[in-house]
Amino acid sequence: MTGLHTAYLLGLGDDALIYAQRLGEWLTHAPQIEEDMALGNVGLDLLGQARALLTRAGEVEGADPPRDEDALAMLRDEREFRNVQLVEQPRGDFAHEMARLLWFSTYQAELYARLVDSADETLAGVARKAVKEVDYHRDHATQWVLRLGDGTEESHARMQAALEAVQPYVAELGEDHDAARWAADQGIGVLPSTLVEPVTTAVHDVLARATLTVPDAPRWHARGGREGLHSEAMGYLLAEMQHIARSHPGATW
Amino acid sequence: MTSRTGTGTGTGTGTGTGRPDLDEVERAVRAVPDPEIPVITIDDLGVVREVERVDTPEGPGLRVTITPTYSGCPAMRVMEEDVVAAGRRAGVPVEVVTRLSPAWTTDWMSERGREQLLRFGIAPPTGQRAHGPVPVGLSVRQVACPRCGSTDTEEVARFGSTACKALRRCLACREPFDEFKTL
Repeated sequence: MTGLHTAYLLGLGDDALIYAQRLGEWLTHAPQIEEDMALGNVGLDLLGQARALLTRAGEVEGADPPRDEDALAMLRDEREFRNVQLVEQPRGDFAHEMARLLWFSTYQAELYARLVDSADETLAGVARKAVKEVDYHRDHATQWVLRLGDGTEESHARMQAALEAVQPYVAELGEDHDAARWAADQGIGVLPSTLVEPVTTAVHDVLARATLTVPDAPRWHARGGREGLHSEAMGYLLAEMQHIARSHPGATW
Repeated sequence: MTSRTGTGTGTGTGTGTGRPDLDEVERAVRAVPDPEIPVITIDDLGVVREVERVDTPEGPGLRVTITPTYSGCPAMRVMEEDVVAAGRRAGVPVEVVTRLSPAWTTDWMSERGREQLLRFGIAPPTGQRAHGPVPVGLSVRQVACPRCGSTDTEEVARFGSTACKALRRCLACREPFDEFKTL
């Protein structure tokens, strides 16, 4: 079942890779230079996780010739990427990014905390390292959501609007799929639906402290990322991320 | 979890007898400085986990196992290359193996490393993670200013000039400074 094992690892690695790409866009665009650095650093942690996860995915896949982290990141097409649609969405304003980071880092924190016992020793190693990093990401998002939600009328309204905008992309984080079901069965992975309760509780707790309102259940929600179905934003993101590697195949410097 | 970085085969000349002293090479490997914080060696940083003697087709060599500080730290790659280069200079093949687990922690930093950071103007890790906006309760996390020693300091940004550092400022002498984050 190396196909499902690979697919599970790609889901984890692609979430980290694609969100790292989005976070990198904040450099020179954040409201203050400290946030340029903070979001850049969060992205860098995720990129490091992605490298280890994609390398492992390539090993498990065992293709001939083998695909390394670069081949997987730069030479796959949109339909082969298995990230959730939350991470590929264009960055909105700073409140949008904090809403997304709060959900995503809380999800990653709960996920990695359980993956430290994965039967895939390499994956467990990545998780033991990453669990400490994402704790910093989560704390950072929490501080900003509290500050903006419990801030001025303007910041409160924009933070609330950001939560509403992100909400349709949240459910996909907790949606089970074939690769995750298989991986959970083998003790390699975690069934996403088992993360919904702890993640939701933790995020809602922050929202309450920030005097924000939990958005109503959205009328639709994104789905399909784990099967390679993506939103319009994904093609543009990949075009930017991959164009140098594809224009100069095999280039090194 | 391991991954390997190319073996550096030596072409340099050994010392004295013509056979390089592996103990000496090991010392040189351990003394490789952190490329971003050159006052601390990778040994004092706690990145070097193991140095083993191995037989290679090019003769006796070293296998150096390192554990990355942060998953995405760009300095790790440079450290690997510098380790291989240290072997090459002595004419000894050195192979670098990356081990992720157990995860690196600032607890592995040596006392000497901490002192060197402090003298360089970077507050060493306190052993307590920063969390939340304000330190409350009995265990107040105090970070002393590396210049004047005052503990009257505040955090400016939790993510600083590198992945491993936060930015603070001293309220007594008004100087900004880096803090090595506890991980």
